[in-house]
Amino acid sequence: MNRRNMMFRAAALLGLLLAFAAGCAKQSNVIPIGVYGSLTGGTATFGISSKQGIELFMDNVNSVGGVAGTKLHIQVEDDQSKPEEAATAVQKLIDQDGVIAVLGEVASSRSMAAAPICQQAGVPMISPSSTNPKVTELGDYISRVCYIDPFQGMVIAKFARQTLHLTKAAVFRDNKNDYSVGLANYFSESFHAMGGTVVSDEAYSEGDQDFKAQLTVIKQKKPQFIVVPGYYTEVALIARQARELGIDVPLLGGDGWVSDRLLEIAQDALNGSYFVSHYWEKDPNPAIQKFVADYRARYNSTPDALAALAYDAAGVLVNSLEMLNKQDPAAFKSLSGPRSEKQKAARAKLRDLINGTKDYPGVTGKITLDGKRNAVKSATFLGIKNHEYEFVAVVEP
Amino acid sequence: MQELFQQLANGIAWGSIYALIALGYTMVYGILRLINFAHGDIYMVGAFAAYYLARLLHAGGPEPSPILAAVVLLGSMAICAGLGVAIEYFAYRPVRKSGRLTALITAIGVSLLLENLGIRIFGADPKFFPQLVAPRTITLMEGVIVTNHQITVVIISIVLMVALTLFVQRTRTGKAMRAVAFNRDAASLMGIPVNRIITITFAIGSALAAAAGVLVGLTNPKIEPLMGIMPGVKAFVAAVLGGIGSIPGAVIGGLVMGVSEYLVVGYISSTYRDAIAFIILILVLLLKPAGLLGRNVAEKV
Amino acid sequence: MPRKSKSTLRALAVTLVIVAGAWALNAAGTAYLNPYVYRILVLCGINVILALSLNLVNGVTGQFSIGHAGFMAVGAYVSAAFTVYATPRFFGVMPGASALSSALPFVIALLLGGVVAGVAGFLVGLPSMRLRGDYLAIVTLGFGEIIRVAILNIDAVGGARGFAGIPQRTDLAWVAAVAALTFVFLRNLIRSYHGRALLAIREDEIAAEALGVPTTRYKVSAFVIAAFCAGVAGGLFSHYTYLHTNSFTFMKSIEVIVMVVLGGMGSLTGSVLGAFILTALPEVLRFASSERLIIYSLLLIVLMIARPQGLLGRWEFSWRRLFSRRPKAPTEVA
Repeated sequence: MNRRNMMFRAAALLGLLLAFAAGCAKQSNVIPIGVYGSLTGGTATFGISSKQGIELFMDNVNSVGGVAGTKLHIQVEDDQSKPEEAATAVQKLIDQDGVIAVLGEVASSRSMAAAPICQQAGVPMISPSSTNPKVTELGDYISRVCYIDPFQGMVIAKFARQTLHLTKAAVFRDNKNDYSVGLANYFSESFHAMGGTVVSDEAYSEGDQDFKAQLTVIKQKKPQFIVVPGYYTEVALIARQARELGIDVPLLGGDGWVSDRLLEIAQDALNGSYFVSHYWEKDPNPAIQKFVADYRARYNSTPDALAALAYDAAGVLVNSLEMLNKQDPAAFKSLSGPRSEKQKAARAKLRDLINGTKDYPGVTGKITLDGKRNAVKSATFLGIKNHEYEFVAVVEP
Repeated sequence: MQELFQQLANGIAWGSIYALIALGYTMVYGILRLINFAHGDIYMVGAFAAYYLARLLHAGGPEPSPILAAVVLLGSMAICAGLGVAIEYFAYRPVRKSGRLTALITAIGVSLLLENLGIRIFGADPKFFPQLVAPRTITLMEGVIVTNHQITVVIISIVLMVALTLFVQRTRTGKAMRAVAFNRDAASLMGIPVNRIITITFAIGSALAAAAGVLVGLTNPKIEPLMGIMPGVKAFVAAVLGGIGSIPGAVIGGLVMGVSEYLVVGYISSTYRDAIAFIILILVLLLKPAGLLGRNVAEKV
Repeated sequence: MPRKSKSTLRALAVTLVIVAGAWALNAAGTAYLNPYVYRILVLCGINVILALSLNLVNGVTGQFSIGHAGFMAVGAYVSAAFTVYATPRFFGVMPGASALSSALPFVIALLLGGVVAGVAGFLVGLPSMRLRGDYLAIVTLGFGEIIRVAILNIDAVGGARGFAGIPQRTDLAWVAAVAALTFVFLRNLIRSYHGRALLAIREDEIAAEALGVPTTRYKVSAFVIAAFCAGVAGGLFSHYTYLHTNSFTFMKSIEVIVMVVLGGMGSLTGSVLGAFILTALPEVLRFASSERLIIYSLLLIVLMIARPQGLLGRWEFSWRRLFSRRPKAPTEVA
């Protein structure tokens, strides 16, 4: 009897807790916006950067009274770096917290797990940094503010071929990371088409510490440059170990390189290398300067590409909310109310406004969404010289 | 030929890291028959302890001092020894009598706890590990280049293995350890303080993991809270490969793993690097079910 | 009526009841449940199948497998590949009722996934039966990793970018039906002559061998059955959410082991309970945001210390006991 009694009490307590949690989520007169990302698990550092970028933007908006006097409420959920968890997190945000828009994921696989749920529920989702072209093909409620793989792969190939006049490439890809694999494939394709050859194509895995085996193989093939389309977490070590093995050709990479840690870990190993960035830290553009300064003040580090893209994803969303308020204040008002047919129509309107984004002045460039809801924007090439970034070229789409 | 020697040299250096982690695994396993899943995470804590110690002591500046480097290494080993003892006392001791799977789940719980506490406390972003010893490259022969760090790793692994073997074979405590590993109840009846011996084992095993963490930080200066998962699993595989419970076996297993990974990448395919390590393991176990140096113990009836 | 056909009839009746029950559950779930809760129930069901089948190996037979996610991955990818590449070719033009014509290829896909996973289980199981305990464990672990690396290198199933374009066929009805069938099947198996042999192997392998139980054959069979069920669970999983190898890491295998041990080794009811608790717990802990997994791991340690035999020990749910006049106290080992 005693045991049963205790079980009953525990169940009652649990129920109470759930009811409490559910009750908390409902706040009136705010616009609930969902954020999901990998706050734990293998790619936690990317999820946390993205979350910080979004929070920075949203807090700035809220500190001046929100959008038309209505504050934005950010609900963040963790997906443990797993695709099925991403889907569950988004389902929770939509059904439990009643969010009217969702911002997230870095990894394309997790965005693709969550996107069908957003599409079906009619909740706009903006991915800050999922680069697989298939992500936005999942429906008209899904859009993104980053480059897609074919574009960035082409840009790197073009830069190597036409600006640096190189013909022999080695590719060193992260075989467990969809971004890296996509970028590597599209780079090779474009580079071939431009008359270059890929003499070596090796692979590593996310989280590896040791790359010398692959680098030794690459060294033997004598490439003129090595494309490392991965994240800064591994690129810096790859650069160090390449130099230790006596490989002195430049390394080329994509926007995954952008982070403070890159040069901190690589030290001088990346001198003479180039990568794609969304912006240049020393760009006089006041929006960029404000973003970098605010971010550094709040989080005590310079933003990486993921934080910058997430900041812009939040920006595009808020920009569309503002437009909605101007065009249809009644619809805008329904977004902070309960779920209803009226709100559904308002979300569809919001979707149209997001998809119609034109020349939004983000920190990662002027963002325009094309017919496939992909961001069209220029790519900035940065070079690394004496432990400093220097501006090299802008490649227009 | 150059390429082969280069791959072998690096493979041996990398295998030494596996060997260091595997030593701790094999000791704990030998005595408790417990796969201490948290071992890889103690290795991570070791690296972070050294990171904070070095910043505290301002080691790793422009002019690295070998004394400070030694202080950081020993300090981190001491911290992890304490951590290992605490984990054993609070988590493993209460479940020691309740079946091996229960103990295994507890170990997994501890591992998850350390990883997630690591993300919470240290932050998920990778950190730059200070250069306690300035890196230099050394050309062994035409086209075969290694760093002074890699040589240090190999030397320290060998020294620790020899010291450990001597300790286990020649000292009273070592003798007691072997007795506990052989038969815990009988050892207890002979008046050996089993609990104390287990505590000492955990302290030594964790200190070795910390040493490995510091050495990895030194050679590949990027540390993060999840850095222990893969090396932990592979070091356990290395320990099994060498014959779990055997100290020289752990070292040989580690070296075999390291070298075979390098040869796989060099001559087969880098995309299968992780898989082929396991395939080799399975083949070895099929031919020698107790591992390379393990003794085939007949089942008691 | 001959005994054989009577039992076949009974099996048919049980299957019908289960399918009808699952269908009704799904109808009720779609109508009354919040989609979030519904989704968690589906994931619970998939985990129930995984935990039940692993329990056959780890709990009932006393072996030690830590590579269950590998078999799940095999089933997931094989069935998904069948659905994507073969179904349109063979079933695309099939006339007739829509419900049946979409159910049949899905059943085939699930069974195919299960069978291939079972074959994988045989391949892993047969040679590894020379190995005992932790050596076997490490081989199953290695197998899980090898499968994952292999999938990453097959472009036809998407590699690292994930397998896109799989139609979403799984719903609560499918999952509940398969989970219930698995439960009934395993329960009957354990109570059968063969089940006693498996239990004998767990209790004392040498004694079992001496009594004439062909231990190797039984151990491999347990492995194959468990792998088959895991493969079917994988098939259900791949037709429910985006398919990517990150779902089948070593941690997934560990998660399933934890479900089995938490519920109680050898207790099928316990595995069901363990699967439900461990699927729902991270969701309940969402209020703790970034401390969620810290609390989760602490709870795990505390539970193991407080209840090392798992929540239910070896206690098993039984209708007979529930309806008998004098309810017996649960025979649990306190």
